[in-house]
Amino acid sequence: MSREVFLLPDVGEGLVEAEIVSWKVAVGDAVVLNQPLVDVETAKATVELPSPFAGTVVELHHAVGDVVEVHQPLVSIETDASAPAPAPAATPAEASPAVEPIEQTREAVLVGYGVGDEGAATRTRRRRGAPAPVAPAPVAREAAPALAPRSTPPVRLYAKQHGIDLAGVRGTGRDGLITRADVEALLVGAPTPAPSRPPVTGPATPTRFVGHDLAPWASGPEVERIPVRGVLRSMAEAMTQSAFSAPHAAVWVRVDATRTMELLASLKERPALAGVRLSPLAIVAMAVCDAARHFPGVNSSFDADQSEVVVRRVVNLGIAADTPRGLIVPNVKGADRLDLVGMARALNALVDTARAGTTAPNDMLGTTITITNVGPFNVDAAVPILPPGTGAIVAVGRVAPAPWVLDGAVVVRQVTELAMSFDHRQVDGALASRVLRHIADYLEDPGPRLIAG
Amino acid sequence: MIGEELVQLLTPEGERVSHPEYESSLTNDQIVSYYRDMVIVRRLCTESTSLQRQGQLALWAPIQGQEAAQIGAGRALQPMDFTFPTYREHGIAWCRGVPPADMLRLFRATSNGGWDPQKYRHSVPTVVLGNQALHAVGYAMGVQRDGAEEAVMAFFGDGASSQGDVLESFVWASSYNAPIVLFCQNNQWGISTPMSVQSKIPLYHRAHGFGFPGVRVDGNDLLAVYEVTKRALDNAREGGGPTLVEAYTYRLGAHTTSDDPTRYRIDAEVEVWRHRDPIERVKALLVREGTVKASYFDEVAEEAEGIALQLREDVLAMGKPDPITIFDHVYADEHPLIDEGRREMVELGVAGGGH
Repeated sequence: MSREVFLLPDVGEGLVEAEIVSWKVAVGDAVVLNQPLVDVETAKATVELPSPFAGTVVELHHAVGDVVEVHQPLVSIETDASAPAPAPAATPAEASPAVEPIEQTREAVLVGYGVGDEGAATRTRRRRGAPAPVAPAPVAREAAPALAPRSTPPVRLYAKQHGIDLAGVRGTGRDGLITRADVEALLVGAPTPAPSRPPVTGPATPTRFVGHDLAPWASGPEVERIPVRGVLRSMAEAMTQSAFSAPHAAVWVRVDATRTMELLASLKERPALAGVRLSPLAIVAMAVCDAARHFPGVNSSFDADQSEVVVRRVVNLGIAADTPRGLIVPNVKGADRLDLVGMARALNALVDTARAGTTAPNDMLGTTITITNVGPFNVDAAVPILPPGTGAIVAVGRVAPAPWVLDGAVVVRQVTELAMSFDHRQVDGALASRVLRHIADYLEDPGPRLIAG
Repeated sequence: MIGEELVQLLTPEGERVSHPEYESSLTNDQIVSYYRDMVIVRRLCTESTSLQRQGQLALWAPIQGQEAAQIGAGRALQPMDFTFPTYREHGIAWCRGVPPADMLRLFRATSNGGWDPQKYRHSVPTVVLGNQALHAVGYAMGVQRDGAEEAVMAFFGDGASSQGDVLESFVWASSYNAPIVLFCQNNQWGISTPMSVQSKIPLYHRAHGFGFPGVRVDGNDLLAVYEVTKRALDNAREGGGPTLVEAYTYRLGAHTTSDDPTRYRIDAEVEVWRHRDPIERVKALLVREGTVKASYFDEVAEEAEGIALQLREDVLAMGKPDPITIFDHVYADEHPLIDEGRREMVELGVAGGGH
């Protein structure tokens, strides 16, 4: 009985990683030689990996969805004594006339083709959420003989010409490669960059980052790679698509929101509205819908394929929501038909659902115009990127007391800032300015507009 | 799809059929023996694919579906004939007597070839697409000049048939009436390119334009491939010049372990060809005619299993070559530039030397 580790091979000529698609065995399962263990997806294909060992599965080193670097442990198997041995030490069973084995050698590879375990020891496995990568278990492979110091022929020649012996030199290049700079440093007597550095200090609490718990600065790995999938992938794709197809421009304005805040305060005391969470966002939402009714051109999208601008006379109001999984943008369908209470309830439900992670895919489709509220983070403004296929997005900053000139005198008012990014293919600066001014006017005196439109 | 001109002697159901020009000359013993060849070669191939998936080979080119084309052709060869394979001719290599482990040396990247071509009268695999057709015609012209009674066979696929090298080899073969059989395994797919994109006419028709005969044979029919190839080889040895044999077959697996055929072809097509499996139809014939005992099939499978395990053992035990040996077979004789390169490599510490 011995414990063998199957390392993820390069199954496609030069691949560096693969994603675990599905496990076909579980810990404790007995497996026979060549029994399918796992499906992995590489950049080239989804392939099934057969077991190189017969025995019992004792550890699956990765979960479905993990991206594993080539030559990192995949599965550990306790082998039967009778099972075929894995690759033994590099003692040739036979020597063909053309190939004479020697002791000291690099693994010969075809151009661009690799079978070796080179670099396996220096790479760290790529798995998000595992702060301290587990050291790979000892693996029975062809014993790696001492190699000539890793460098390139020109650098070797350079070193040789200057009488530098590369044995024992610690390279600073990729995977320990000795570079020309390393040799030059030796020539001027400078030590190669020392690995010792002052101790890392920093907060010890984890933070959230794109839907992940990020290890604290002081205790996390120096370099961490996070797979782009799920909400992060959606965000990345949407923002890239939008940023590189819709020419963005923005307008912004400072607003005296004192009357909005007074109105909210008075409404909160109404018994009929008990249980309804009323926030400035609800009034902003009403204002955005009203602006769309007055200027339908802003509630539009640019259809480049058809060479048409699509103007919609319904508002599906997108709300950028910060959730444990990351940013998602669900929308309130038919928001223009809601009154303030209905709007407040719809927004509350939308945000609650988003934070619970149960937003239905349909709730994220068909957004026509969007609000992003950065006020809760206590900042003044943002210049957002449009969700793809929309004409405008309004950012609302915090509402805070600030000096304001009213009737020629400086007074303290509840002030906020609005910014609006727009797709400049169909929305021009004049329209955008009118729309934003409309929203600002609404917030400065919401009462009559809420009642009479 | 398969035209009237396709030479077939055994149907997918394992029934013998007659053909106006060809008749099976295989004895029962031969058929039984070639069935064993096909089963073993297929099993060696699945083991090799597993070895690649386990990181023991850099690459593998599967043969599944093409066993009859290769065993039929390989067994029609005479010992002194010379063959020039691609990287997929494992069945031919088997017929030439190349030890299975040696077939995998190239794929394990421990050798640029894997065997002595003269010993087995089988050149090392040519990975450069179609290049071996020129080598083969050149060799055939040498045979012609030696006055030897040998035939030469070049192997290539439908994809390589679009390469300039292959078409040039047709020109030379025709001009010099070289003793060669140009054996094209049309497996329908040049990696992801379907045959219909590559040629507007059946491939074997191309031969007529170059001035020599072309034959299309059912490449999944062991009996037919054997007879067609044998006649073409005999013709070459007797001074009759080149023949293009198009073995119409199908690659059931991937082009190599580096591609995913489900991305470029539909399952229904593969399913159709599964019903034309070259091994199953010979098995059906043997059963139909009562040639062997029922236990024979299990015995062959068991033998193949043992050969596959031996292959695994041999591959895992392979040593690594000294990088310096890369200079050994560039030229037959000493060459000053090669000597210089070898010397520099030792001086730079890349290789251990010992020469």
